[in-house]
Amino acid sequence: MSATSATAHAHTAHAAHHEVGFVRTYIFSTDHKMIARQFLFLGLFMMIIGGLLALMVRWQLAWPETPVPGLGWVLTETGGILEPSQYNMAFTMHATIMIFFVIMPILAGAFGNFCIPLMIGARDMAFPFLNMLSFWVAALSGVLMLAGFFVPGGHAAAGWTSYAPLSSVPEYTGTNWGQNLWCISLFVLGVSSMMGAINYITTIINMRAPGMRLFRMPLVVWSLFITAILLLLALPVLTSGVAMLLFDRTLGTNWFKPSGGGEPLLWQHLFWYFGHPEVYILILPAMGIASEILPVFARKPIFGYHAMAFSMIAIAFLSWVVYGHHMFVSGMNPALGMSFMVTTMIIAVPSAIKTFNWLGTLWGGRIQFTVPMLNALAFVWMFVIGGLSGIFMASTPVDIYIQDTYFIVAHIHYVVFGGSIFGAFAAIYYWFPKMFGRLMNTALGHLHFWPTFVFFNLTFFPMHIIGVGGQMRRIYNPLQYEFLQHQQHWNVLITISAIGLGIAQIPFVINFFWSLFAGPKAPLNPWNSNTLEWTAPSPPPHLNWGPTVPTVYRGPYEYTSPESREDFLPQSQPPLVRAGTSRH
Amino acid sequence: MLNWWLPENVSTYGQEIDWLFHLIYYITGGVFLLVTVALLSFLVIYRDRPGRRARYTHGNTPLEIVWTVVPALILVVLTFLSVPAWSRIKMTMPQTDFVVQVTGKQFNWQVTYPGPDGRFGTADDKTFLDEMHVPVGKPIRVNLRSQDVIHSFFVPQFRFKQDAVPGREIPQWFEVTKPGQYEVPCAELCGFGHSGMRAWVYAHTAEDYTRWAAENLRAGAAPAAPEAKKEPEKPVAKTGGRAKK
Ligand code: HEM
Ligand SMILES: [Cu+2]
Ligand SMILES: [Cu+2]
Repeated sequence: MSATSATAHAHTAHAAHHEVGFVRTYIFSTDHKMIARQFLFLGLFMMIIGGLLALMVRWQLAWPETPVPGLGWVLTETGGILEPSQYNMAFTMHATIMIFFVIMPILAGAFGNFCIPLMIGARDMAFPFLNMLSFWVAALSGVLMLAGFFVPGGHAAAGWTSYAPLSSVPEYTGTNWGQNLWCISLFVLGVSSMMGAINYITTIINMRAPGMRLFRMPLVVWSLFITAILLLLALPVLTSGVAMLLFDRTLGTNWFKPSGGGEPLLWQHLFWYFGHPEVYILILPAMGIASEILPVFARKPIFGYHAMAFSMIAIAFLSWVVYGHHMFVSGMNPALGMSFMVTTMIIAVPSAIKTFNWLGTLWGGRIQFTVPMLNALAFVWMFVIGGLSGIFMASTPVDIYIQDTYFIVAHIHYVVFGGSIFGAFAAIYYWFPKMFGRLMNTALGHLHFWPTFVFFNLTFFPMHIIGVGGQMRRIYNPLQYEFLQHQQHWNVLITISAIGLGIAQIPFVINFFWSLFAGPKAPLNPWNSNTLEWTAPSPPPHLNWGPTVPTVYRGPYEYTSPESREDFLPQSQPPLVRAGTSRH
Repeated sequence: MLNWWLPENVSTYGQEIDWLFHLIYYITGGVFLLVTVALLSFLVIYRDRPGRRARYTHGNTPLEIVWTVVPALILVVLTFLSVPAWSRIKMTMPQTDFVVQVTGKQFNWQVTYPGPDGRFGTADDKTFLDEMHVPVGKPIRVNLRSQDVIHSFFVPQFRFKQDAVPGREIPQWFEVTKPGQYEVPCAELCGFGHSGMRAWVYAHTAEDYTRWAAENLRAGAAPAAPEAKKEPEKPVAKTGGRAKK
């Protein structure tokens, strides 16, 4: 997919790029904007695979052990019916792909790369070559991950959390190279994330334009800065963990195997020590995106800029001390469970602060319901549901009952789909004109947003209900249990809605590709925004600005400022009159 | 009263969990309504109309303090209310002489009674596959183990859940309040047979239990098999000491 569009681009833009050849412009590019587009295409492509895997899982849950339409030619032996081990593989790879190859590449990879230099007034990343390497290492990791589908024994089937010893002893799942490739791929991805994170942090610290003080940075840059710090500190823990897992599987070490003196819970400690910061890696950029888009379309400064920045910093600190809430009934000392309950309750506070500040931003605004705004509003609203359901699980006694049920699945999806994916859509609709120099179609945007929003809720809200009813996660067939049979109609409703949710993405795909090639040319600043990226041409050329980079005179959210007759006041616009002389 | 889709609770501490669940349900439900009403009304009231200018403000410190402190207080109270239930359920073990050993393995639950001598690991132990018999009105101590991977012993109607971890023995307890037959799914992914890995707990009245025990736990009695089993003929391995693979 990325290859074809790159080719098409090559024809239209070839003349302009004679200095650097095709390969250096579109494939091994060191330009942060091209790398951003590459990450975006990687993420969108993987989203199709991840989505289809989810629909396979849903089909099985609604109509157990019936042939999945269209799968007959792949699973020839069963005529398209998923077997239990294939079902386990499907949900394992769905989650792995969505988290590591969709949300991270799109939010941190694409928008991190695109926004950071352009919004702080830098000409590129601090280490452009490292940046290029970071994408290609991620792409290699993606290839390794996809290769797992084609090895004998099938792909990893121990869940995205891959709890040992199920994952560490091949006989327990029957998966051999699939799980190995899962480890290797994530190891490689860890290296890629390290390179990206170092780049982001260095760029933000060292390469801000004149006048771009830390507290004049757009909140999305703050969010990406904090995300990069979390990536730098969290990913190595996973990287070491998967290496240990691979050694247990292939070299006969015994990190996680009790029969050799190892400890299964060690894997969970390592995994969640990475895993909880990881969930904030997934959501922080989306929070930043919402904080960017709400002021633009409410034509109003963000409410509580400092509170917004500090609450993200607080989340980052706290995210290291809450990970044990994933292990309340794991056999970990219950006294530890008590302390993790306290910290988990505390981490809900900064989330609440952010929500109220978003509401404060809307209050008194002049709200324009553009497509990016609708997605950002959906983000806010859906994140509230995901955050509130987190409180149920934070209460340890309640978690005893709902842990490992569909309630957790509902929570996850309200935060990662309702949160991160709506954030990603908001970002795509908002920055597309700058990224590709063309405008997206508004009608198709609405046709994408509204069904997505409705089907999203119809798909994921009922999961709370069946979770409270006791339906476990990761089961092949709910009808095997007497106490679950009475709620099977919910599973049917969920699956039908999930199919609707899938279909609702078609207008997006059409809109994206049609606009890419045939959309109207985008003006410099289509949304009348204040931040620096809108002062560069659409799309910005190599090195982003002409001879001089912009100078920054004020914060990023001066909408409807009394200083200006317009309802916006770009960061780079010099003050017209000095405060003292404006009097007379 | 609506039970909000929770299955019927039949254990002593289940009520405490359900009470907390409902409390959080009302708190979060209230917060959600509040936020939703505010959000939707802002969207209507402050929609873009010709001639309006947005209000120019960067925030409000007293408001900021209020919406930091109020959620924090609510969460602190919730934490304090959760602590007693947690410590009663997971951190204390009531006095009881009723002990069973439950061992998970791919893909069954083995339930072992100590037999007449009251000790595990002796020749008169009795092991049942996927069925457990207990009396109501008495704390039951369950020593959870696993032979291979992590499983999770989940009894929805007891509000009981605990992972069984290979290499460990994890003591837990519950007390049933109502005789009946209760499903025990495995709640932790444990391999291709995870779905359908299921046992039953039979909770008997005290007299019924005594009768059952006399028939089935005596030295000579063969393990009874009233329900159809997946593999009744399969030899059931005894586990002594540290669980081995
Ligand atoms: C208000 C803040 C939040 C609280 C109090 C909270 C609480 C929790 C708790 C206690 C669990 C463990 C539940 C269990 O397995 O028994 C959990 C699971 C999870 N949370 Fe959150 N959460 C919050 C926000 C988020 C956010 C922002 C994200 C991601 C964007 C997120 C993603 C997840 C995921 C993916 C899991 C499931 C992991 C798995 O088992 O596969 N949460 N959350
Ligand atoms: Cu967490
Ligand atoms: Cu299981």
